[in-house]
Amino acid sequence: MHEVGIVQSTLAMAERHARNAGGSAISSLLLRVGDMTGVVPEAIEHAFDVLKIGTLAENASLVIERVGGIGWCEGCSLEFSADGWIAICPRCAVPTGDLRSGLELELVSLEVS
Amino acid sequence: MCIECGCGQQPHEKHDHPHRVVSVHESIFADNDRRAERNRGYFRAHGLFVVNLVSSPGAGKTALLEKTLGLLPLRSGVVVGDLETDLDAIRLRKTGTSVVQVATGTLCHLDAAMVARAVGTLNVKTLAVLFIENVGNLVCPAAFDLGEDLRVTLLSVPEGEDKPLKYPPLFRSSNWVVVTKIDLEEACGFDREACLGHLGRVAPKARILELSSKTGAGMDQWCDELVRAYESRPKGL
Repeated sequence: MHEVGIVQSTLAMAERHARNAGGSAISSLLLRVGDMTGVVPEAIEHAFDVLKIGTLAENASLVIERVGGIGWCEGCSLEFSADGWIAICPRCAVPTGDLRSGLELELVSLEVS
Repeated sequence: MCIECGCGQQPHEKHDHPHRVVSVHESIFADNDRRAERNRGYFRAHGLFVVNLVSSPGAGKTALLEKTLGLLPLRSGVVVGDLETDLDAIRLRKTGTSVVQVATGTLCHLDAAMVARAVGTLNVKTLAVLFIENVGNLVCPAAFDLGEDLRVTLLSVPEGEDKPLKYPPLFRSSNWVVVTKIDLEEACGFDREACLGHLGRVAPKARILELSSKTGAGMDQWCDELVRAYESRPKGL
């Protein structure tokens, strides 16, 4: 995955919000990552440690919140947690492409000072 | 600088200014998604039907396009992305089609801004269909909406029937999946039934097509389906 690009976008977004809030430094960032995005948290953390240097987030810590996959079955309207990559209704044994959760990749909040 | 909170005051125990929490709740892809929507509006305003072709390197995107451009009764243009070289563009221009090559450098996917820049150099008013041949990659293009109407993922027979299980996000995000190089099924010991089963589990809503650009098998159906999709394309803004 393009974790470096994701971290670059995250840092740019975080700096913009920090400046808008009148902050001069970012002390922490909370990132929400869905299990079904294919994004590898360890690679995000590694890229963050390298790319934060020289930004307002130079001394910031990164908190990654994982979000599990949730599928919705068209046949029986059951909402179920998807284990791994594929969402299969446990009641009907039918796969669904309707994911209600697990594709998140968002900057939730940051702490500024 | 205080390394506890990064605020510039030292030491940490001696300062008690409040660290404010700024709520953001914004998708990391928000910027690309906005640009993609802008592209979509532009394409629709011009009545252009846009197909984003994705696959791993060597699955046959360029070969499929070469054949398709000769068969499809719709005037088409191509934007082709590669890390380096314009070899694909040279191949495709031989069909008499307008082709723009985007060299992405080290980037492993096309994004909406690159497509917007490339499309700016095409005379879209003369086109009915725009094919975007994405960078060969089964991972990253999944996350980047380009403003296309149709995302088509190619899966070539030599790659093996289990590819959809190994790279679910891209297959899941596809409207169509095209199994290519079906003339090699026997030579590769390709388990077609297993492949269709895997696709059904990973991408239950995707339309599945099977073809060989080399022998021409399945090409008529592919072109017919493209024409049908073109005719029922969303129009206006």
